[in-house]
Amino acid sequence: MELKDEIIEILLKDARTPAAEMAVMLGVDEKAVRECVSQLEKEKIIVAYSAVVDWNRVSGDLVQALIEVRVTPQRDRGFDAIAQRIYGFSEVKSVYLMSGGYDLTVLVEGKSMKEVAFFVAEKLSTIEGVLSTATHFVLRKYKDNGLVMDFDENGDSRLAVSP
Amino acid sequence: MSRLNQTVEKMAPSGIRKFFDIVSEMDDAISLGVGEPDFVTPWNIREAAIYSMEKGGTHYTSNWGTLELREAIAQYMYRRFNLTYDPRKEVLVTVGASEGIDLALRAVLNPGDEVLLPEPSYVSYAPGIRLSGGVPVGIPTNMKKNFRIEAADMEPLITPRTKAVILPYPNNPTGAVLEKEQLEGLAALLRDKEIVVISDEIYGELTYGAQRHCSIAELPGMWDKTVVLSGFSKSFAMTGWRLGFACGPKDILGGMFKIHQYTMLCAPIMSQAGALEGLRSGLENNFADVGKMRREYNRRRRYLVAAFNQMGLECFEPLGAFYTFPCIRSTGLSSDQFCERLLREEKVAVVPGTAFGASGEGHVRCSYAASMEKIKEALTRIERFVSRVRKG
Repeated sequence: MELKDEIIEILLKDARTPAAEMAVMLGVDEKAVRECVSQLEKEKIIVAYSAVVDWNRVSGDLVQALIEVRVTPQRDRGFDAIAQRIYGFSEVKSVYLMSGGYDLTVLVEGKSMKEVAFFVAEKLSTIEGVLSTATHFVLRKYKDNGLVMDFDENGDSRLAVSP
Repeated sequence: MSRLNQTVEKMAPSGIRKFFDIVSEMDDAISLGVGEPDFVTPWNIREAAIYSMEKGGTHYTSNWGTLELREAIAQYMYRRFNLTYDPRKEVLVTVGASEGIDLALRAVLNPGDEVLLPEPSYVSYAPGIRLSGGVPVGIPTNMKKNFRIEAADMEPLITPRTKAVILPYPNNPTGAVLEKEQLEGLAALLRDKEIVVISDEIYGELTYGAQRHCSIAELPGMWDKTVVLSGFSKSFAMTGWRLGFACGPKDILGGMFKIHQYTMLCAPIMSQAGALEGLRSGLENNFADVGKMRREYNRRRRYLVAAFNQMGLECFEPLGAFYTFPCIRSTGLSSDQFCERLLREEKVAVVPGTAFGASGEGHVRCSYAASMEKIKEALTRIERFVSRVRKG
């Protein structure tokens, strides 16, 4: 495995791992690690470093919904222009172009179901070219970004000392 | 007068027990004393075992283990270690590699036969040899030689009674490996002798050097002398499933089979179903899960070794298994004192080297089958402890 792949693997697990520590773990110079990380950043392979939050545990309400959107693509610009008009809203967390029965998956966050519903009715479905929407609220996240949330398998049930 | 068998009566309790008892009464202890992976068995393996039970797979299997599993094991041994075995007569599915150790010893030893055993090594070998009527003859190893044995260490200990030699590499507790050139030296000594090699290669997937694990059975003239023991516990994170296997020449495997059919009958069928999935998916995706675990272990290994050397606990570079074996002589404490005080004062559990044979004195075994987070916290505590001890 190449150095950059190893570094990505480490950062995916803990993006705050210091370069000096990665250097020890990978048996290379700290300088080589730093250079590799800045190269990854420069090439936009690493786009950002963000926290993974278990929203189940955060006080205050946060509602997420996954919205299936069917649209009419535009001449010359395909789906890009309409996607841009959608992802511009700060309520929108993710937008994916999909294969299959609809075109865009839009992940929306709000403080209440009402807020999200109003966003869809007033902002999203009124955009020119949007043919239809179907809103699915997220009730619980079991696994997010490869991490299993709040499940006792994360505990250590091994004997404390064994041969 | 004891009612017990004399050998059992004389058997010393495990050197690990004491620490287990202390640590189980603490609620915030960190343990680097664990001899099993901290990964849970990959889900596809667990799922396959559940499915097999749902389908009603709850019966005995062939004494040898299911033919499908033995065929997969034979393919695996060929693909990964370049060893060829007939799945019908040269592969036996056992209840952990532990059963394999016991079977191999009982199958070949006559009362009074001597078995050469590098030390320090896993706690089961010497008691297993004694229970089989044999006499363990230790080959002490040390840090200067990276805990490796050479032909010159073995040769003077060979007598007309020497029946077998155990080769426990990659080694628990030292993390030492024997690479091809070192194995060639041993093979040159053993090639013309009537000595059975019991090669415990349970950690064979977990090596970190430039060379992959090499089995002595691969060397010219050695296949017919060698029983290779391995299993799924370490490489597939399946310790609790108790599933291992033995591969070797027909006559020895046949002897092991006889004991196994009368004492164990067969390994649990659901474990066999899980293991089959582990091998099948591994053969398809080139053992991606094992590779991922190996990379993670390797990073922790480098981190631990560097940290121990930095705090003045000299640590040779272990190239296998998931253990480091730092030298703690500079603290002026014995292995046992070091471990007991570290546990009581800083709540970190490690295992004294002496639990694995007298030549382990002056060392402790620290496992890196623990998360990076726990390893870091444990190292902070160990460093604090060591500097306090040194100040006296």
